[in-house]
Amino acid sequence: MEIFKADVVIVGAGGAGLRAAIAVAEAEPGLTVALVSKVYPMRSHTVAAEGGSAGVAQAHDSFEHHFNDTVSGGDWLCEQDVVEYFVSQCPEEMVQLEHWGCPWSRKPDGHVNVRAFGGMKIERTWFAADKTGFHMLHTLFQTSIKYPSIKRFDEHFCTELIVEDGRAQGVVVIGIASGEFTLIEAGAVVFATGGAGRVFRENTNGGIVTGDGMALAYRHGVPLRDMEFVQYHPTCMPGTGLLFTEACRGEGGFLLNKDGYRYLQDYGLGPAEPVPRNKAMELGPRDRLSQAFWHEQQKGRTIEGPHGSVVHLDLRHLGEQKLRERLPQIYELAEEFLGVDPAKTPIPVRPAVHYTMGGVLVDGRCAAPLPGLYAAGECSSVGIHGANRLGSNSLAELCVFGKVAGIEAARFARSVAPGNAATLRKQAEASEQKARAIVTKSDGSERIATLRKEMAETMERGCGIYRLGDSMQATCDKLDELRQRYKNIGIEDKSSVWNSNWLMAIELGFQLDVAQAMAYSALSRKESRGAHQRLDGFETRDDENYLKHTLAHFDGDGRPRIDYGPVRITKSQPAVRAYGAAGEKAEKEAKHG
Amino acid sequence: MAEKTITIKVLRYNPEQDQAPVFQAYQVPFSDDMSVLQALLFIKDELDETLSFRWSCRMAICGSCGMMINGNPKLSCKTFLRDIYPETVRVEALNHFPIERDLVVVMDDFIDKLERIQPYIIPAAPRSLAQGEYLQTPAQLEKYEQFSSCINCLLCYAACPQYGLNPEFIGPGALALLHRYNADSRDGASAQRMELVAAEEGVFNCTAVGYCSEVCPKHVDPANAVNQNKTTAAGNYFMSFLKPRGTSK
Repeated sequence: MEIFKADVVIVGAGGAGLRAAIAVAEAEPGLTVALVSKVYPMRSHTVAAEGGSAGVAQAHDSFEHHFNDTVSGGDWLCEQDVVEYFVSQCPEEMVQLEHWGCPWSRKPDGHVNVRAFGGMKIERTWFAADKTGFHMLHTLFQTSIKYPSIKRFDEHFCTELIVEDGRAQGVVVIGIASGEFTLIEAGAVVFATGGAGRVFRENTNGGIVTGDGMALAYRHGVPLRDMEFVQYHPTCMPGTGLLFTEACRGEGGFLLNKDGYRYLQDYGLGPAEPVPRNKAMELGPRDRLSQAFWHEQQKGRTIEGPHGSVVHLDLRHLGEQKLRERLPQIYELAEEFLGVDPAKTPIPVRPAVHYTMGGVLVDGRCAAPLPGLYAAGECSSVGIHGANRLGSNSLAELCVFGKVAGIEAARFARSVAPGNAATLRKQAEASEQKARAIVTKSDGSERIATLRKEMAETMERGCGIYRLGDSMQATCDKLDELRQRYKNIGIEDKSSVWNSNWLMAIELGFQLDVAQAMAYSALSRKESRGAHQRLDGFETRDDENYLKHTLAHFDGDGRPRIDYGPVRITKSQPAVRAYGAAGEKAEKEAKHG
Repeated sequence: MAEKTITIKVLRYNPEQDQAPVFQAYQVPFSDDMSVLQALLFIKDELDETLSFRWSCRMAICGSCGMMINGNPKLSCKTFLRDIYPETVRVEALNHFPIERDLVVVMDDFIDKLERIQPYIIPAAPRSLAQGEYLQTPAQLEKYEQFSSCINCLLCYAACPQYGLNPEFIGPGALALLHRYNADSRDGASAQRMELVAAEEGVFNCTAVGYCSEVCPKHVDPANAVNQNKTTAAGNYFMSFLKPRGTSK
């Protein structure tokens, strides 16, 4: 086994991991950063984010507005002090990206332009056409090349977090090209491994989004927080789940049912106006829009397609020229993947799993309860998204909290003495044996593709847009069973070089643990809030009993232990979450009353 | 009715057991909306767990799944079976790169080149964050925006005959990115980057075949970037030797 001595090791090199690495390199150029990614950094799933990144930019906007939109959008399950810090840092981080070369779309006078987004009162979403995540990721990756202290481990797969003496002291990685193991020792570890949307069947996520860091932290006793809150994005490609950005609606797109009717007006989001008003109709939040789709489907007002029911995303009135300029990628996806010219024909869409609001429990400085472990981005639960994330807050989160995680990890790494090399090595070797055994000793009868499919189907059945106690229980039972069957998997591929069969087996182990945390968290929350909506007697929000964070604790082979933690409320008391005309009325009353 | 199927022939190579790459054929259920990537995933899940290939986003933006499909460099996620059926789909690792395993190539060379071209803003006039953003008009943005759309999928390298002959050549993708920074109004380092371009392995290795631009899935048009740099590097004289892009393979 190779040994690499770093000061800070960062696992995941998407937006959050790269931003963290640059933050360490700028704050402490003398520290060595090991930046681990199971792909090349520019393949990370940040690349697929389309619509934009939030940051107050206009004179008539304010941090307070961004704060209020985020906290009410999250159905008051946000850490309000953390949200306050977040919104105050977004604009500077967006300018920082601009200085690093991000090709933000501009106004004629050369200033950065912003667009409208769902649940946001004022336009504050910075964008680079409809490839914002792609441009942010490549800007961060290419900028990271400037810093000699960042040592990349591209295509290295993290199998283990090393915890010794009560603190995180490194990770074990497999070089995918060689099958060889490396122990990366470090004073501090940052997880920036992204979400876990692939535990569901129909999703917008890339194949790599398998919850690795969540599972590794969880197995070491760090709770996963608010895992029941999984976001369905309302406008995705039927069958594949590929994303049609919310910016389609930000630019003025409509959602129509089979009668050509803008059905969102029937779900407290109206009135329907020719140009969408912010926080109304198509610019409502994602949870509400996906729920409205479900109701339309129940009423038989959706359109039947080869991959299930759909509604229409109508962009025709925007015209080809505007679509090519503002939504070029959407145009290409519709044309090439669906054979639909969006300037002439509405795009068939349906909701698909998009984002995990919950994640590794961390405080407002990205520190997990396990000393030396930090987390940022989708894998973490720093507390800004609550029960439902607003579109464009997650790209901004990568920058704001990637930076925080980097700085805090560097500070911690400086403060600790190196660990006991022999003990760390012994742990790492044990972990290598365990990982190798998946290949050498696994001649069981279970196929990983079958288990993965069964997991994804049961998650969709039990933890979808609307949830029932019985079906959630069935999903929990099914996951218990799958975790047992996982012990009996067989791996056909016995080779060392690029053995993706092996890596997918390890990923499936991560996914099953994370899925179990999601399902049990969902079953235990007996109310409806944000993306967690029940139809079995718990249809309303229950602040008296459930204005609290769910904490799922790992319990080996058993079921997760669920308990709860407090929500930090500073200046926004929970209120009715209203959009459209009702939202405007409520806001006025709050101001005057 | 019997299910329609399509034959996928995949070039297999496992360095731990094979002397040389060899084709292996699989029968995959055919449907109208299936991509080549979905066919490969079907093989991986249902027929042969040992097949290795890179993929992730499925939507032509992560750049992972470049491969030769019936002899042409393509992204497998946006190449559809319906455009090939009922012919056999022949899938191989990208040309001009060593095969690591099956459809996975060794791409260290490209990463080295990307790192060498200083792919980051070296500001003409440094600005503090408190000073806010640089002003950049839509016209200034347009000068480089297309070249910033490179997804590093390497299709252009697999298409470039010059890179095939001489791997020292920086190649179309990295040159497009170099041009992306040189053409950015915020940047002031084009002189130092041009030293690379004018060197032997720089733009003058390009013989202006233009196939790179033809295969680019994101319309980056690297040939145009290369040509613009030739002009800058040596004056308009060289333009007279260039064929219009896209006219030959």
